[in-house]
This record gives sequence, structure tokens and C-alpha cells, in this order.
Amino acid sequence: MIEARPVPKKKSRSISWNSREGRSVIYQVVAIASIAGFLWLLVTNTLENMRRRGIQSGYDFMSQPFGFDVSETLIPYDVMSTYWTAFGIGLANTLKVAIIGIVLATLLGTLLGIGRFSTNFLVRKICYVYVEIFRNIPVYLQLLIWYIIFTETLPAFDDAWEIGNTFLSKGGFAFPWPVWKLGQSLALIGVLLGLAGSYFYARSAQRHFDKTGQRRPVLPVTLAIIIGLAVLGWLAGGAPSEWSLPEKGIFQVEGGTKFSPEFLSLLVGLVLYTASFIAEIVRSGIASVSLGQHEAAASLGLTKSMAMRLVALPQALRVIIPPLTSQYLNLTKNSSLAVAIGYPDLVSIANTSLNQTGRAIEALSIVMAVYLTLSLITALLMNWFNASSAIQER
Amino acid sequence: MKSLNLSLAFAAAAATMVSVPAHAASKTVDAIKARGELVCGVNTGLAGFSQADSSGNWSGLDVDFCKAVAAAVLSDASKVKYVPLNAQQRFTALQSGEVDILSRNTTGTLSRDASLGLHFVGTWFYDGQGFMVKKGKVKNAKQLNGAAVCVQSGTTTEKNLTDFARANKIKITPVVFEKVEAATGAYFSGRCQAYTTDASGLASTRSKEAKVPADHEILSDLISKEPLGPMVRRGDDEWLAINKWVLNGLIEAEEYGIKQGNVVEMKKSSDPQVGRMLGVTEDLGKHLGLDKEWLARSIAATGNYGEIFERNVGPKTPLNLPRGKNNLWNNGGLMYAPPLR
Repeated sequence: MIEARPVPKKKSRSISWNSREGRSVIYQVVAIASIAGFLWLLVTNTLENMRRRGIQSGYDFMSQPFGFDVSETLIPYDVMSTYWTAFGIGLANTLKVAIIGIVLATLLGTLLGIGRFSTNFLVRKICYVYVEIFRNIPVYLQLLIWYIIFTETLPAFDDAWEIGNTFLSKGGFAFPWPVWKLGQSLALIGVLLGLAGSYFYARSAQRHFDKTGQRRPVLPVTLAIIIGLAVLGWLAGGAPSEWSLPEKGIFQVEGGTKFSPEFLSLLVGLVLYTASFIAEIVRSGIASVSLGQHEAAASLGLTKSMAMRLVALPQALRVIIPPLTSQYLNLTKNSSLAVAIGYPDLVSIANTSLNQTGRAIEALSIVMAVYLTLSLITALLMNWFNASSAIQER
Repeated sequence: MKSLNLSLAFAAAAATMVSVPAHAASKTVDAIKARGELVCGVNTGLAGFSQADSSGNWSGLDVDFCKAVAAAVLSDASKVKYVPLNAQQRFTALQSGEVDILSRNTTGTLSRDASLGLHFVGTWFYDGQGFMVKKGKVKNAKQLNGAAVCVQSGTTTEKNLTDFARANKIKITPVVFEKVEAATGAYFSGRCQAYTTDASGLASTRSKEAKVPADHEILSDLISKEPLGPMVRRGDDEWLAINKWVLNGLIEAEEYGIKQGNVVEMKKSSDPQVGRMLGVTEDLGKHLGLDKEWLARSIAATGNYGEIFERNVGPKTPLNLPRGKNNLWNNGGLMYAPPLR
């Protein structure tokens, strides 16, 4: 093993001005103490000011009933649900748009990024123009534009477009949805187990390949494991087959499930915006793999797609993942612009709570804590992924 | 509560830190005089209540209150700096001392009066929450079962809507927007079947934003009481008193027939109450720390309450609001000022 840099032998250190180490310790202690002191000053001064002006403070309001309706929720709630529940509803809505958005933006961005290397002139230019347009218009404007497009161009609810049992109108996109029973829950567990199983299968197939040089089919087998377990779970749960079909009410579609125009414009806006950045990241990642690698792959007899998949992309990933992480963080944080177009995300709920209670500092501190936590979790997962795809030195 | 201190720290910086020290708040009038202008928080744009024209001149019912106070305190109704505030900003702006008065169609409620470190001065406009719908679809608010209703976030409106739906066992989907323009835009585009806010706000929106105002109907049933009025910070009783009595004084002036046009000749009136109000026979101003001409100047600047109403929102304006509950008590309304004596 060769060490990257020679490590200088440390001398015995003592905390004194006479040694470099001693001074650096003292500087750091002073720095931390002044930051802590500054924070302490902020907090005590704020609390004192609030107390003097008779502004009530504290988080006790959070356990009281919030008593306002939310247009779309993933969590059931009723009139006695607390502000905590309301914030939970907002958080779930934020996560819903963030997770779906990250998946779609990654797919679209990767396709666009690879498209920049296409030998087809038109494909190459379209990808280029796309990136330049979508990354240079502020995302806030894009959201407003999509919302206007959705609410202005779609027909009013009375004249909703109707195909089979799906409805598309200013009221949103409504489609049939299975009635959730035990079977669906077990099928979902089956999918999760299947994912875990495929991971282990793929690992053993890789080991087999390393040992013998023989490839085992991976994609068909993993698909079979996941689908098989899902069907098994569904059958074990009594094979429920009841669907909730959307039907036209007086003002809105009843039954089925629905994507509101607010959710759709937020999702479309965030995905198209973020995808343009991801496309650039993917492009630069692929471009960072030197031409020699492609030539080497070709000389080994790999096809173009195998060379991309086995040689270029694994090397490109090391360059791609760190900036990709910040795009995921950006997408999640940009979803807080939802309040402009009426989607009830965390910030929207916090705004309403703030005004019902007047607890500005408390409501904002919760929002800040949530976004900080989400960002740290995303960064943690991506760092772990980054470490696993880093060059493994042997 | 000690354990909360640290978690508060991160959010604390924004609002309260930048404010003036608390002891200065008891000297609001001194600060205004030293500054030479009154700072007044108003709505960012609500026809009839507070709106700026193309050259930046503010007008409206809420704006006139600020003018009247400036005339009383600074002897000049034009020395007001208007700070446009949205629903989320308004209380923090007043708490932190950024504005001296919040005169922004704000509903007086117990929790706002008692827990925000603020005081309601009095009711400047009696309102109630209503619905605007496209003509022809529904006759009353209860028929909105299942409808999507556009609403601005951060208002009492949102909660009233929920209360109304629950009390009448109907289901209403609120579509909540941060900006009032976005909420009304979504309603006029057809996203929502109804738009809800205070009835005066509905009239204002219909007059200003509807392509064909006659296509939209404001349902007659109101689902809440919305007493709107100015607010000031707690901890300065003298300042509260000045605002309260400017408000009462303008209402009382209407009752005694003192108008913008006749305030000078009314000083010769033989009515003892008129003499008291205009500082001819008694000096009521000194109880408020003002001179005896204070109310005469306010009336000269804006007219009495009735004139302010007629000029900004009355039947001859695009808003075309009837005087209704905002009439004087002796004309069948609720406007009743305690006597100035």
C-alpha cells in the first residue's frame, strides 16, 4: 500500500502560544466560543424582546386542533387533528412531489445528457436547445407558466375531456385507482422483498462473473423476482380486484384518484427545470471519460452500448454523483415555491399555521428544521452511493 | 421553556432582532415627530381600501385612516410613508416597529388582540366573508358542496371556510395561494368554482379584475363576522389612545355634521359638542398629548367617516358597496362612537 502523501511525524504538543499546534487549538476554541456566544445573544435578546412586547412564544400550539381544510392529503385527518398532523400532511405532500420529481428528473436528465453525444444532428441540437432554455428561465416563472397553461388551456370541469374512465379538466387529472385492501399492502411488501432479493441475486451474479467470466441473466431474473413476489402478496391478501372509478359530480370528480393541476404544474415545472441541470452534469461526466477508454473497450470487442454501460458510465458516475446530489437537494428545496401555485406543501401549511397562531418564529423554525433534515438525509444517502462507486484501490 | 431556547435560535434572527429596543416603543409619537413622517402598513393593493396609482399616490379607506392620524399628530396628512404588506408580513412588521400603524383590512379576533403583542384600535369597517361565483350555477353558499374554492393563505378566511363547511356538513376543497392575485387569477381562469374573501374584497376584485363584472355574482349569504380595523403595538397606551380617538372622532364628526368642507365655519357652531370636538370651547387634545386643533385637522384632511366611505367604496365608486352595517347607529348601522368629551 502506498500512502497518498507522506504524513509528517507529529511532535508532542502543548497548549501554548509557542507551538503552532497550540495556537491553532486556541484559535478554534475562541472561534467556537464566539459563535456560541453570538447565538446565545440572538436567542436571549429575541426572547426578551418578545416577552417585553407581550408576544406569546412556544410550541404548545402545535398540539391544538388546526381546524382548516387541506385540498390534497396522503394522511387521513379530521377536525380534531393537531397542528403536528397538519405539518405532517404538508411534509408528506412535499416528499410526494420531491421523490417523484427526483426519479423523473434523473431519467429525463440522463437521456438528455446522453443525447448530447448523439450522432444524429437533430437529436444533439434539440437536447442542447432544451438545456439552454430550461436552465436559464427562473424556476418560479416556469411554475407560474405551467400553472397558467394547465388552468387556461384545459376545459372547465363541465366540459372535461373524457377517455374511458379518466377525466382531464381544470379540476385535474382523475383516473381509476384500486381500492386499497390487505392484498395491495401485501403486494407492496412483496415488491420491497423482491427489491432486496434482486440486490442479493445481482451481487452473487457479479461474483460468479468475477470468478468464471460467465454472465448470468440479471434483468429478467430480478424482474421475475419482484413481480412474482408482488403477485404472491396480492394473492395471499385475497386477490382484491375492486377499483374505485371516477365519476362526474356537480363540481368535481368523485372517486378514483386525482392529480390536481397544482401538483401537476409543480411536478412538471420542477422536473423540466432540474432535468436541464442533470443533463449538463451527465454530459460533463461522460465527457470526462477519456477517449482512450472507449478505444480500449472497443479493442476488447465490446459493443458500443456495452462500452457505455460497462466502461464509460461507471467512470462517469464518480464525476456525476456529487453535483447530482446538489440537484436533488435543489429540487426538494425548490418545491417550497409550491405556495405560489396553490399546492399544499410544507411551506403552504406553515404559512397558514403562522397566520392562525401568529407564531412566526416557531412555524419558520419547524420548516427550517425539516428542510435541513431532508437535505442531510439526501446528502447522506448520496455520499454513501458515492463512496460505493468510488475507485476501489486494491 | 428553557430547552426551547436553542431551537428558537436559528429562526430568531429574522424578525425580532432588527427591531428597535423595546423601551423606545412607548415613545411612538416622539419617534414619528423626530422622523417627520408616520409609517403606515397597508394592503399591497385592494381597490377602495388601499391602492397606489401610477405615480405612487396611495388612496382608499384604510389609507385615509393613516392620513387622518398624520394630520392630527404631524399637522400634515401628506407626511405618511406607506409600506405595502401582505398577509404574512403584516403582524411581524408592526411587532418589530417597522410600521407605526397597521391599517390593512385586518379582522379583529381575540387571539390576535391578546397574543401578538398588538392592540386593535377599533372597527373601521364591518365586513363579512362571502363567495363570488359565476352567475347561474348556485343560488346560495350551501350549494357549493363538492366545489373547489380559491382562497388566499394567511387569512381568517381560510378557517371560516372550513368552519362553514363543517357546520353545514358539506365538502369544500380549498385551493390556497400565497398571493391574492394568484387566487383571483385561478378563480377567473375557471380552476375554482368560487372565490372567497371578505365581501368588500369580493366587490373590489370584481370591479377591478373581472373582464365582465356582471358575469360574476356575489352570493348574498355571509359566513362570518369580520370587523376590520387598524392595529398598533402594545406597550404605548398614549399612542393607542390617539388612534382610538381619531377613529371615534371621525365617526362622531359625521354624527354632528362636521364635514371636510364646513369644518372652519362649524367652529362658530352653537352646539356645545361641536365646540368641544373642534377645540373651540374645550381642549380635548391635551389629554392625548396633542394640541386642540387635532380633530379639526383630521376632518379637514379626509372628511368625516361618511365622506371617507362614500369617496372610496360607496355607491358612486366602482365597488358600489351599500352603507349597510357601516352606517351610523342612528341610521340603522353599527358605527357608534363613544362621546368626545
